[in-house]
Formats: sequence, C-alpha cells, structure tokens
Amino acid sequence: MGARLAAWFHRKGWSDLIIGLPYLWLLIFFLLPFLIVLAMSVATRTPTAPPFGYGGENPVVNLAGYARLFTDDLYLRAFLTSLGNAAVATVLCLLIGYPMALGLTRVSKGWRNILLMLVILPFWTSFLLRVYAWMGMMGKNSWFNRLLTDAWNWLTPEGWAVTSLPLMHSNFAVVLVMVYTYLPFMILPLYASLERLDPALDEAAMDLGTRPFGVFLDVTLPQSIPGIIAGGLLVFIPAAGELVIPTLVGDAGSPMIGRVISDEFTSARDWPMASSVAVALLVIMVIPTMIYSRYQAKSDGAEAQK
Amino acid sequence: MKRRPWFLFSVLVFGFAFFYVPILSMIVYSFNESRLATVWGGFSTKWYVSLFSNRQVGAALLLSLQIALISATIATILGTMAGIALARFTRFRGRTLFSGMVTAPLVMPEVITGISMLMLFLLMADWIGWPGQRGFTTVTLAHITFSMVFVTTVVQARMLQSDRAIEEAAMDLGSRPWQVMWDITLPTIFPAILSGWLLAFTISLDDVVITSFTTGPGNTTLPLLIWSKVKLGVTPDINALATLTVLVVGTGVVIAGLILTRAERRRLAEERQAFRSSTDTRP
Repeated sequence: MGARLAAWFHRKGWSDLIIGLPYLWLLIFFLLPFLIVLAMSVATRTPTAPPFGYGGENPVVNLAGYARLFTDDLYLRAFLTSLGNAAVATVLCLLIGYPMALGLTRVSKGWRNILLMLVILPFWTSFLLRVYAWMGMMGKNSWFNRLLTDAWNWLTPEGWAVTSLPLMHSNFAVVLVMVYTYLPFMILPLYASLERLDPALDEAAMDLGTRPFGVFLDVTLPQSIPGIIAGGLLVFIPAAGELVIPTLVGDAGSPMIGRVISDEFTSARDWPMASSVAVALLVIMVIPTMIYSRYQAKSDGAEAQK
Repeated sequence: MKRRPWFLFSVLVFGFAFFYVPILSMIVYSFNESRLATVWGGFSTKWYVSLFSNRQVGAALLLSLQIALISATIATILGTMAGIALARFTRFRGRTLFSGMVTAPLVMPEVITGISMLMLFLLMADWIGWPGQRGFTTVTLAHITFSMVFVTTVVQARMLQSDRAIEEAAMDLGSRPWQVMWDITLPTIFPAILSGWLLAFTISLDDVVITSFTTGPGNTTLPLLIWSKVKLGVTPDINALATLTVLVVGTGVVIAGLILTRAERRRLAEERQAFRSSTDTRP
C-alpha cells in the first residue's frame, strides 16, 4: 500500500496535489459563493429563514430584482454616484500621480529609493486609520478646516462668509479620501512604465528643437499609456465598490452602491435584491477589465510581431 | 545643458505633503490633553495610558494577529501551489477556469466577497449543519481565500522570470520532478514566497469589510473594534493607536528596506565575482 502510494506520488501525484488543493479550495470558497450570488439574484424574497424561496410556489427565475434596478430611483442614483465619484477620483489621481511618477524618475538614485519607500509606506499602515486621519482633518474645528475657511472667506465676497466649511459627509470628502488612499496604486504602475523609457529619445527630440512640453506630449505620454490604463483600473475598480470611505465620510443621503448592497443584505434582509445589485455592479466593472485585457493582449501581440 | 524640472519637483513636494500631513496631524493630536480630538489643549500622554489599560484593545489585537498568522501561512501554501501550477503546468484540464478563479478575486469588490461568503456559511449551516456559529474559523477561511490569490500573483510573476536551465540540468542528472521542485524551484522563488506571506499577513490584519460579514458575536478583530469606534466620530485614543501603528509599520518597512538593499548589493557582488572567476579559468 505504502509503496503504491509512493509510486503514485512520484509519477503524477505530486503535480495533481499542487494543482488540486488550491483548485478545490477556490471551487468551494470562491466559485460556489459566486454561484450562490448569481442564483440568489433570481430568487424570491420570503419571510422565512433563510429569507428566500426558490422553486415550489415561487417562480424558478424571478427577475423582479433586476427590474427594480431600473424602476427604483435609489439604485440608479447610487450607481451614478459611485461611478461619478470613482471617475473623478481616478482622474485626480492621474493628474497628481503622473507628475509625481515622472518626477520620481528625475531625482537621483539615492533619493529615488527613499521616496519610493515613502510612497509605499502608507499602504502598509491600516487603510481604516488613513481614512480616519482625514476625519480628524476635515472636522468642523480642525486646523485644516479653519485654514480652508479663512482662505474661502478671504477669496469670496463678504456675503458668502461661513464660520466653517461643511467638508465632512459630502461627495467632496469621499473623493478626497479616495484620492488619498488610492494614489499609491496610480503612482507605482506609472513609475514602472515611465522608468523604462529611454532618455535618449527625449534628448533626440530636444536636439531637434522640440520644447520640453512638446517632448512630453509627443514622446513621453504616448509611451506611458499602458501604465495610465493599469493605474486607472487599480484606482477605479476598488473605488467604485468602496464601502468603508462613504460610510465614514460620505453623505448618507446619497449612498454609494457598496453601501446599498450592504444595507439591502443586513438591514432590509433582502438577499435577492442585494444579489441583483451585486451582479449589476460586477457587470459594470467586468466590462472595463475585459476591454483592458483585450487591449493588452493586442499590444502584446503587436510587440511579438516586431 | 540640463534644466531642472521645477514643475515636477513642486508636484512631488505637494504630493508628499498630501501623503504625510494628515498622518503627522494625527500623531500630534494623539498627545493632546483635550477630549475634543480636534482642538489643542496642551501636551499629554493620557490617551496612550487609556489605550494600554483597555483590555478590549489587547484582546482584539491578539485575535487579529492569530487570524493573520494562520490565514497568511495557509494562504501562502495554497497560493504558492497555485502560482507554481499556473507557471509550470501549461496544460491541464480546467486551466482556464483555474486562472479565472485566481484573477477574479483581485477585482471583486469587498462587499460582494463579504455577502457571498456570509451566504455560503449560512446556507452550509442550513444544509450540513456546519458552521454552527460564525467566528474565528469562518473569518480565517475567508481571509485565506482572498489573500491566497495575491500570493499566487507574486509567485507566478517570479516563476515566469526565473531561468529554467538549472531545473532542466537537475532533470537531466536524474532527479525526480518533485525533487527538482523541492530542491531547486522552491529555494529560488523563496523571496517571492516570503513577500507573498507578508502581503497576505498585512491584508488579513487590515481587513474590515469581509471580516465584518463573516464574523460572529464576541469575535472582534482590531480593525472591527476601530471601525465601531470611528463610525461614531473622532476619538483621541484612536489617534494614539494610529500613532503606534505608524511607528511599528514605519520601523518594519525601513528595516526590511535596508535588509533587501543589502541582500541585493551582496547578490550583485557575488554574481560579478562568479563571472570574473569563470572568465579567468577559461583556457
């Protein structure tokens, strides 16, 4: 028995185990829950425990949840708020992150390592505490809020004067904190793609009489598009499904979609509706990812042909 | 003639101020005497005292560390296996599904992972009577699942870069395939496995959303404890806790950075040495 087991292990058992164990794990704890969400999204809500019905007196496929996505104002608004906030945060991350990444390629090597470490450092500290840091900064009596209030009162006509700016519990706060927490995800892929560029190209364009900004537009920017897309997806995808940031600093009156899913599930105990919203969010996010991977496959193919 | 890119440097300065001013502000206010977390009332260390005398914080930290240690270790074993499988075995049944299941969790919103896991546990309790109660085990299972794919990504990338000549040489010399894996592949990818473990450990230690869905009564991890306090507003003892976190993580990252740079420098020097001696002995 032992000898046969050893023979099996030597022949193909070891590779079966290496593939099989993680495969089985992901089937049970990733694919199965995912299929449950899919199935739940067409189930019917019932007052039983667990709170759903499937077959029997209930319809096998109930599309009421998906229909409500289009008829109930709440869901449409939540989707628009989420996508809007995530899009603005992504663009701002790009506008701040791009010059920072480009600047990192222009500093001396010793400085570069230290600065890169400083970009990564916040990522290793708690996400929750980074959000919390801004709660302290934006509160009504904080030094930051008073500074901004003074600036506002000085810049605007007297009739607009305020005692403090309502920074917290707004989409402004959500976007600001998103930019703060996700900026490293934009800087790092951009830096990786900018670092590989050959400075000789810049110099050649300069020698041919192009102005520095022209060099940036014609030489640097086109070559860094893969980095822009990678960074953009790394910011946009988690930002669109964000739950922690809008719960802590967001406006409860216009919830984001992550909050809606969580509330439908826990407070309303409407598992089918929560699942329908979840599937819709996945569809919206899967599309940009698929476009990206097709684009990447195409550019890899073009590179291979060279 | 080389011009200094003043615009880029000023954005860098602004960017780092943006990164660190909120953290510095939090550190300064952790030494604030006043109960009002945003108004300065003089220097004091009383929030550190209240933090250390708080039993809840200690218990939550211990629970978080236990979950992170166990889940990171199992996630590293499973994730490394998956990374090796995807990098080395180019053809096996169901490979497409496998690589899909490895990449999909990376882009899955945490809320959806959370509710899908919770539904799985609730339905399993209904079907097979397990898990009777959610808590340590269910949170650990969830953490293993979402952190193992990060390990896989790191390991797979390292495997695809590595030179297969040594593995092939060992095969030619008559090693069994699994011995090659154990004696040659695993030691070469060890740095990637280690950074995968660290990543899994940090992700587990930091998670709020998935933990909040999969935990049960009485099992409060440190992020969940902070979450429940912070939802009610800014409290000074959280400033103290945050300061300690930044201190511990900062020291750790600096030490790790120094060790990595030194190891890299040594490796380069050794390679140069090896290259030089190999060219010297050539006839």
